Amino acid sequence: MVSVQSEQVREDLSVPSSVKIVIAGGFGVGKTTMVGAVSEITPLRTEELLTEAGEEIDDLAGVEGKNTTTVALDFGRITISSELVLYLFGTPGQDRFWFMWDELAVGSIGAVVLVDTRRLEAGFGAIDFFERRRIPFIVAVNCFEGSHSYTAQEMRVALDVSDNVPLVLCDARDRESCKKVLVSVIEHAMNRLDVMA
Amino acid sequence: MSQHSGDWWYDEAAGPMVRPYAMVSGRTRPKPAGEDLTLTTQVRALRTNSEQGTLSVEHLEIIKLCRKPLSVAEVAAYLHAPLVVVKVLLSDLIQRGDVITRDPSRTAVPVDMNLLQKVLDGVRAI
Repeated sequence: MVSVQSEQVREDLSVPSSVKIVIAGGFGVGKTTMVGAVSEITPLRTEELLTEAGEEIDDLAGVEGKNTTTVALDFGRITISSELVLYLFGTPGQDRFWFMWDELAVGSIGAVVLVDTRRLEAGFGAIDFFERRRIPFIVAVNCFEGSHSYTAQEMRVALDVSDNVPLVLCDARDRESCKKVLVSVIEHAMNRLDVMA
Repeated sequence: MSQHSGDWWYDEAAGPMVRPYAMVSGRTRPKPAGEDLTLTTQVRALRTNSEQGTLSVEHLEIIKLCRKPLSVAEVAAYLHAPLVVVKVLLSDLIQRGDVITRDPSRTAVPVDMNLLQKVLDGVRAI
């Protein structure tokens, strides 16, 4: 990449650095709702074009004969300062896009596995993913109105997450509630760092 | 967002492929100058006096968007173009010196306590 050359500009040339938190979970669990609740911008959607085999297209020759598909990523933004921006990326909900999770997970400071009590099993895959990659994550239970209320401990048992993984209850539509979720995951990442040091 | 001026690229009938890839002459790999671009790499346009006549409408649109620093993902979203296409376009601009990214050696921010504390304070403050 071209670095800044002094003669080019006399304006402020600072380019911020960025960090990201991944919001993972099954289809329809409220990931984009959560992103939207805390993002300073309406969640944006970006798309990547893929072959059915799940690989990035690297050659257009013969592409018309392949089944192509797009994978959509919804994300939001929180400007921390002029030097630091936090991005919140929702994972694609469909299982066949698992491989995209790797690109999202690389360099993330932590992850939230969002689950809903009606379909707890939809969170298993995500929990497994972050456990295996040793990425700090917490479980956030999206408590929809009218959904059965269980205790956090019951949920923990049902999801089979260890005691050192924080589990919080939240409302993905509520800004303050989602802020608490983010605070939890960042604090968890700090604790993990502390333990490793 | 969907009403953004980049919408003319998207053709419901033709699908999202034909025209975006025409925009980059069928290229799907960024030039070396842009091969380190990730979703969250911040890009920023410089006010250069470079010859813009050779740039496409899309290149110019990116320069306009990036007057303030933006991530690659944001540029792609605002342009309504696939990420790979935007990376190719950005690599052209980086090579020309019209756009800069954060120095690659500093792109991978080390996740340390100091950084996490800043993020924590920032989130608490919103």
